[in-house]
Amino acid sequence: MRFKVGCVWTLGVCVALMVSTPAALADTAFVTNEKDNTVSVIDTEKLEVIKTFKVGHRPRGIILSKDAKWLIICVSDDNIIQVYDTRTYEFIKLLPSGPDPELLILHPSGNPLYIANEDDNLVTVVDIEQGKILTDIPVGVEPEGMGMSPDGKVLVNTSETTNMAHFISTETNKTFDNVLVDARPRVAIYNKAGTQLWVSSEIGGTVTVINPADRKIIGKIHFEIPGITREAIQPVGIRITKDDKTAFVALGPANRVAIVNTETLKVEKYLLVGQRVWQLAFTPDDKLLFTTNGTSNDVSVIDVDKQKVIKSIRTGRYPWGVVVAPF
Amino acid sequence: MIEATVAANRSDLGVSLAGTRWGLALAILVAAFCVSSATPGLAQTATPAASGEGAEPSSPKKDVLTIPIILAREKIDKPLPLSLLDLPPADDGIAGAQLGLKDNNTTGRFVNQEFILDVVEDADPDKLIKDVLAKVEGGAQFVLADVGPDTLVKLADTVAGKDVLIINYGAADDRLREEDCRPQVMHTAPTRAMIADALAQYLVWKKWRRWFLVLGPKKEDKLFADALRRAAKRFGAKIVEERTFAYETGNRRADGGFEQVQQQIPTFTQEAPDYDVLVVADEGNLFGDYLPYRTWDARPVAGTAGLVATSWHPAIEMWGGTQFQNRFKRMANRSMRPLDYNAWMAARIIGEAATRKSSGSYKDLAPFIKSADFELAAFKGVRLTLRDWNGQLRQPVPIVSPKLLVSVSPQLGFLHQFTVLDTLGVDKPETKCAAFTQ
Repeated sequence: MRFKVGCVWTLGVCVALMVSTPAALADTAFVTNEKDNTVSVIDTEKLEVIKTFKVGHRPRGIILSKDAKWLIICVSDDNIIQVYDTRTYEFIKLLPSGPDPELLILHPSGNPLYIANEDDNLVTVVDIEQGKILTDIPVGVEPEGMGMSPDGKVLVNTSETTNMAHFISTETNKTFDNVLVDARPRVAIYNKAGTQLWVSSEIGGTVTVINPADRKIIGKIHFEIPGITREAIQPVGIRITKDDKTAFVALGPANRVAIVNTETLKVEKYLLVGQRVWQLAFTPDDKLLFTTNGTSNDVSVIDVDKQKVIKSIRTGRYPWGVVVAPF
Repeated sequence: MIEATVAANRSDLGVSLAGTRWGLALAILVAAFCVSSATPGLAQTATPAASGEGAEPSSPKKDVLTIPIILAREKIDKPLPLSLLDLPPADDGIAGAQLGLKDNNTTGRFVNQEFILDVVEDADPDKLIKDVLAKVEGGAQFVLADVGPDTLVKLADTVAGKDVLIINYGAADDRLREEDCRPQVMHTAPTRAMIADALAQYLVWKKWRRWFLVLGPKKEDKLFADALRRAAKRFGAKIVEERTFAYETGNRRADGGFEQVQQQIPTFTQEAPDYDVLVVADEGNLFGDYLPYRTWDARPVAGTAGLVATSWHPAIEMWGGTQFQNRFKRMANRSMRPLDYNAWMAARIIGEAATRKSSGSYKDLAPFIKSADFELAAFKGVRLTLRDWNGQLRQPVPIVSPKLLVSVSPQLGFLHQFTVLDTLGVDKPETKCAAFTQ
């Protein structure tokens, strides 16, 4: 009898606890530290680094596999891709790439992987299960940005010195169109509906928005910040909220992130973050945005709804890429 | 494998012709056969296309715009520099232009433009100018020039009024951008004033304001010393001592080497008033490299030896530089030197303008390059533009030690009304150039 009461009591307490404390829905952000050759792991609820683990030399672009089990990292100076376990942070395997991989993107189906090799004017296509190169696609000089259309049919790659966005059919792996943009394009990204392609021009200081259907330019976003010289405004990373309404653009040595209305293409606000902000990533619910500030060795956390920077988190040296896993 | 893929890609980019390229080639062949069989006389003067050579499987040549670029280089006899590491390669500068053309052509294959480099070299400046003129009369409109200052002026005057744009990538003389400027001449090479100002800003930032200036006996050394004096005045440094290093050039090496120098340099630099840094003007690198670690007082050396302001350094990896350095090395089998970099920028100016204007003609490109809309990305972290009063390319100037980048000028804190890049060199209100804006 006592035993039963004890069990019920314990069960009751457990239930009460479960009901009263909302489940801690922390996600995990992973940040590559280019100079330290490490990855910082950040708990997005506590907003602190919970672990730093070593990877290969000069880690830059970082993404998740479709099932979020793998971290796939461009380890540029080793000219290879490394795969790590997102929960145990253990090394799993290598994937081949061309020389100096910088950014990478998966087909929406989860395979293959498309890698921009900065040093070889090529995009390499890799099967991540078999670990084999399927083919190489010649592009312009110094490829970097990799954008994937939501339907997986078109890959967009930007070439930094050729100043172009190349539209590549993922069926034929051949380029079918090229759009000239302003100087030194870095990042290319589609919105969720597939109706806009955003391309940042680091030296040109602008973001070009292209209609993927006909590859005509819909508009160009210029940035103006009082007290900041035009030369310091160098757009690099871009992220768009899942509802496609708001874009966030990292402006490099202007040390700010611009909030842009995707309909009017007008800047609504500038948020001061750390120094030389390059890449960004949302938490899966779009509530927080993490920015990598290369020269101040930290990551800024932006409350997306309030449009405010709420915290800076110290990482390793020269944080570069960032991705957030949904657990 | 890469070349084959490129060739294949090129034909695919002929996109709409992909299915019909064989048909078109066949048509040319048939036409050629008809022409040659019908008019035997004509066949002897047939163009390559008519004789059947046009049947290559990529897009027909007539769709590709060919843009020739002349590289004019005056072979000037100079004594060799002191250090084995500094011996100029035979293709100094030329290799940079070749990489520039290669980069232009990588873009070119997406926009159907092909750039061709034509190198013209001679020790006799008059013959060189004649050869360039012949090319111009043959249709060339763009000239990259690495020639002496007098030769540049003569060349510009020879082609004045013709549809020719000359980009000077070799001569640092300020007078070419001032009283001797010309409307058809632009410059990627930084001037002596820009170099001296860049160095002075760093030395002043470092609070090494008292300079011991040592100059060589050559006319170029004196010109650089003039620029250093101007820079000192401009940025608040003081030249507390000035000496000329008069020397017998002799041979740059002998089987002995350091014994005499070890005595000479301390003696030469002794009994100077208190100073912070020894600044040397020795453009030929004939004695300046003897100075570091041998001066009477323990002081750093800057100028043309030691800490140097220059347009490029083979160890620069910032601003995406690593890939650029690697591409050059793979192509040229050596490191990129400042002259190569200046030539690369000159070639890229033409390429960038041609891409943006979808044209290869002087009439389209020259006004665009001179306009406020033109900008060049050149691994310097900011867009580079041309000064509208004299055609000089504005640029950040690296301050380098022999092995590494130390800093980049303009230094933080030096202000300017329009752009901090114009704190380097002779600025618009001071210019003596009137001809460029004609």
